[in-house]
Amino acid sequence: MLLKKNSMLRLTLVRLRRNHLAMIGLAVVLTLIFVAVFADYIAPFKYSRQHLRETLQAPNAKYLLGTDEFGRDVLSRLIYGARVSLQVGLVAVSISLFVGGSLGAVAGFYGGKLDNLIMRLMDVQLAVPSTLLAIAIAAALGPGLFNLMIAVGISSVPRFARLLRASVLSVKEMEFVEAARAMGASDFRIIVLHILPNCCAPLIVQATLSVANAILSSASLSFIGLGIQPPYPEWGGMLSSARDYLRSSPYLSMFPGIAIVVTIIALNFIGDGLRDALDPKQKR
Amino acid sequence: MADFQKKLLDIRDLTVQFDTDSGVVHAVNHLNMQLEEGKALGFVGETGAGKTTTALAILQLIQSPPGEITSGEIWFKGQNVREMTEAELRNMRGREIAMIFQDPMTSLNPIMTVEEQIMEMISLHSDLKGSEVRERALEMMRLVGIRPERAKDYPHQFSGGMRQRVGIAIALACKPSLLIADEPTTALDVTIQAQVLELIKDLQKQVKTSMLLITHDLGIVAETCDSVAIMYAGHLVEYADIQHLYGNPLHPYTQGLFNAVPDLESPITEKLAVIQGLPPDPTNLPRGCSFSPRCPYAQAECLEKPCGMREIEPGHFIDCYFPHQYEGGSRA
Repeated sequence: MLLKKNSMLRLTLVRLRRNHLAMIGLAVVLTLIFVAVFADYIAPFKYSRQHLRETLQAPNAKYLLGTDEFGRDVLSRLIYGARVSLQVGLVAVSISLFVGGSLGAVAGFYGGKLDNLIMRLMDVQLAVPSTLLAIAIAAALGPGLFNLMIAVGISSVPRFARLLRASVLSVKEMEFVEAARAMGASDFRIIVLHILPNCCAPLIVQATLSVANAILSSASLSFIGLGIQPPYPEWGGMLSSARDYLRSSPYLSMFPGIAIVVTIIALNFIGDGLRDALDPKQKR
Repeated sequence: MADFQKKLLDIRDLTVQFDTDSGVVHAVNHLNMQLEEGKALGFVGETGAGKTTTALAILQLIQSPPGEITSGEIWFKGQNVREMTEAELRNMRGREIAMIFQDPMTSLNPIMTVEEQIMEMISLHSDLKGSEVRERALEMMRLVGIRPERAKDYPHQFSGGMRQRVGIAIALACKPSLLIADEPTTALDVTIQAQVLELIKDLQKQVKTSMLLITHDLGIVAETCDSVAIMYAGHLVEYADIQHLYGNPLHPYTQGLFNAVPDLESPITEKLAVIQGLPPDPTNLPRGCSFSPRCPYAQAECLEKPCGMREIEPGHFIDCYFPHQYEGGSRA
């Protein structure tokens, strides 16, 4: 329904389809989503199933990507790990999109002191490296899936606030906003119905790229033990425990690493593709 | 004022200022103006004369800061809009006073279908529900001459003239008592201008709304309006009904405007007449009459103190000490 209605979306998709890298990225991400959703049916073993007589196996016919130090199937763990990574990526970005977006929209629309207050707070937060902040928040809240999402989400709030504020500032000066006012529309209606939908393009791009960032952050947090707790598999966490076997079983750290890299690159391809496709100047 | 009731719009002593870095801009100064029900008033002046500012002041849409209405009263249907609450104002905008904007390229939301935009106006100000709103919107589209199958199209799929028709449909959707048309044809091709103007004129009669037509084209006013107000540098300089003003323009500025209208019969080698000089800097208006620096008839008195509006003949007001008979012949 959305497709039929919104001709701009349709146009964007047509342009996106011409971008091969973006289509590859999209294929990878869709596969990941599929794998994550149907992990129970796809994974050859349960992620926690230990084969204590077959620990640290190199990739073979039974264990396609080998086993770890407890004899758990690496492929199965990667498949279940995709679930966590995608979940964290999407939820964390939703959090920062919602919080940062509302703050930025309010700051941009009302301006003045409120704008100053909000944006200076955002500047303060920007001054702290986002990974460090995420570590601090995760440490304060304690480890766990939900806390990880909050930590990663909050750490990228300022980016969204600034982006949306800038877009709102330019859109609110347009004449159709004044026309809406002259129509008798309320502030809330003007922001939600007229301004925000016109700020979507840069937001979509930023959100896509931020999912990649969030996955990376969550992997880093898990790597240092602040994220998902064992035995539940998380790519960063798997990397972390594979460190001890780097010499004897290098594949153990290789596969989670590849999973992270491929996912991030795929998301970045999509983000770049979207940026080009949403650029109104590129009317081909 | 005994005939207070008859006046739809009565602006008294309106002054609007903008506080900018380069000083206080005196956009509108002590403006007095009335509009009766069902009538059309042309508001003529060059760019920056304060026409649009006056319109926005009527709707209480002056951005503040930097803008501020520093004095005056705006009575609409016996209510002072300056004392209305925000909710009352929202209720008035669109339902009672609607506006057609200058540039239809930018005054429509690019990501809403035209139908949705007309429907928004209707659902904001009526109790109609769902399909009734859509029907009303389609009715408005028919009225302005847009085929119903184009209802789901977006503004960028329309030509300028068609977009302005959408703007007109939105403005008239709730049958407002006052329609403010802010240079509705300036952004359009000359070939389309006449059509759109004709449409506005027709619908104004049909919907029985009063109209404030802002323009800098004296020809448009002559065709459309019942009376004319000439504005210069934030001041009203001449105000009369059509017959008086076009038959007997008395203010030197109005006469200058008429002289500047190209004459088809004059030889092609003749240069167009211009009014010498530039409008004054609105942050630093002359002490006397604001037109005095450019006025060919200016006397010492004019530089000293503005004359103020006075009634020269019944219904014909002018802000000038020394009204001259116009020599260019009748324009009516």
